[in-house]
Amino acid sequence: MAAPIASLIELCADLESGRSSAVALVENVFARADEVDGALQTLLHPRRAAALEEAAVSDARRAAGRLRSPLDGIPIAIKDNIVQAGEPASCASRILEGYRSPFSATAVERLRGAGAVIVARTNMDEFAMGSSTENSVRGPSRNPWSLERTPGGSSGGSAAAVSAGIVPLALGSDTGGSIRQPASFCGVVGMKPTYGRVSRRGLVAFASSLDQIGPIARSARDCALLLDVLSGADPGDSTALPEAALESHRALDGDVSGLRIGLPKEIRETPGVSPEVLTKVEEAVAELERAGARSLEVSLPHTRFALATYYLISTAEASGNLARFDGVRYGFRASSDGGGVTPMYERTRSAGFGDEVKRRILLGTFALSAGYYDAYYRKAQQLRTLLLRDFEAAFQHCDVLALPTTPQPAFRIGEKTGEPLSMYLTDVFTVPANLTGAPGVSLPCGFQDGLPLGLQLMGRPLEDATVLRVADAFQRRSEYHLQRPPL
Amino acid sequence: MPRITREQVLYTARLARLRLTDDEARAMTRHLEAILDYAAQLETVDTEGVEPMSHVMALETPLRSDAPQAGLSADDALANAPGSDGTHFLVPKILDSETQA
Repeated sequence: MAAPIASLIELCADLESGRSSAVALVENVFARADEVDGALQTLLHPRRAAALEEAAVSDARRAAGRLRSPLDGIPIAIKDNIVQAGEPASCASRILEGYRSPFSATAVERLRGAGAVIVARTNMDEFAMGSSTENSVRGPSRNPWSLERTPGGSSGGSAAAVSAGIVPLALGSDTGGSIRQPASFCGVVGMKPTYGRVSRRGLVAFASSLDQIGPIARSARDCALLLDVLSGADPGDSTALPEAALESHRALDGDVSGLRIGLPKEIRETPGVSPEVLTKVEEAVAELERAGARSLEVSLPHTRFALATYYLISTAEASGNLARFDGVRYGFRASSDGGGVTPMYERTRSAGFGDEVKRRILLGTFALSAGYYDAYYRKAQQLRTLLLRDFEAAFQHCDVLALPTTPQPAFRIGEKTGEPLSMYLTDVFTVPANLTGAPGVSLPCGFQDGLPLGLQLMGRPLEDATVLRVADAFQRRSEYHLQRPPL
Repeated sequence: MPRITREQVLYTARLARLRLTDDEARAMTRHLEAILDYAAQLETVDTEGVEPMSHVMALETPLRSDAPQAGLSADDALANAPGSDGTHFLVPKILDSETQA
């Protein structure tokens, strides 16, 4: 029986002491995957042979005393919308069938530069559009805590693979909650950094003003070490922050004395939020108060409009970004049936995209179209301004905000597929961080009926290290993140 | 009055270069109407004089030095093409009679 792989910090210690090797870790990854991934379906395109070779090179570096970073020799899985040179990147879509990337994302280059070993790509909702990983051409992934439930999405494969102990680390992308929501559903830690903290070069674009790559791991400390490697300015992404790489892991000192935690009063008024979720978030805040923090109520009056704002802005941006998938330069092409180039575009896109992607392209195209632009897209952009003002005002009074990641724990596979709007409502607490650019982390804070619940901490833009420090302080005083699913 | 009609959905699909079957058009109309009904709550907010926000950070567009750099090679750029003659992307013939929607 293959044991679940340990956390990053434990693996670093094992490698340093010689109790393990990078090759042994890759073997552990695939033995564990062989055992549990038939049921979970988290990994796409495993790189078994290449990963073993790269691990052997890492072990040689270690023996020669030339380690590149704490991540040297550590296995990691990356979401299928983050490209690696020579590897497939399907975005879980038929339209990118057979595609192999001619270049690597900056995040991937940084991982490889740090010596990390990429073992596989992970399943996702097609083009990151979804909250359950059910919108994948490869079929749904499953939640390690309950196989009839979704792992969340769209980075469901990444979160479930970490939760199941297949990999210690994974990359996800978060446009409206796609890292934090699956992290919450799977009982792991997932972070959406400040917009621009991690270069988006090589992340297949969904909504460019909202997309961020971020870490998924077993603890806030592991997330910090991974984020530090990913972060930093990049000439290949003009929206990447012009700042040096973070050293957030050095800020994790467990000290929260004097920290002000804001509790948005609108959370309680949100329809459909589970009382147990609210209770667990309050208990987590109380624990941080015992460590020296204090809490206060804040108001974010426009957050009730955030979800509608998000779905208009994100689909408008997506409708433009996905125009490039036309059967000309890459991927799947349908026959034009002798009809010329426009019928070829239409047939390719109609057969290549799944229902949810088509729905969002249609909504975004409509919101931008003549006669509707002012009523929908421009109105949403104005709401985005009002939302940002709410958060700026709240952060005058507090240092972080504490709220649930999702209103409910993981839902059943198939439960929400017929009604898109009910699926969208699961993102109600996560979209504000994307709309305002703020960093947000989800970490385990309890269970409801055996399913993990997530505490979300948001900080001021650029204060990624503060958010991680508070998350780490909670994990020094709690054991929810040490629980493993019954696999 | 419905917020979006089947005809508008079909027109929007043409703009987006998508073809919908009858069943798809029916389902999409129903779903988009539900989503737009939900989005109608934005109408209740007075946004008179509020600046629309397209991007969260007011970054200057950084410029690199105007020096040649290596780009994607033609071989790499064409490697994924569904149709190529080795130096160009190939597409079906664009007919004279074809009109753009």
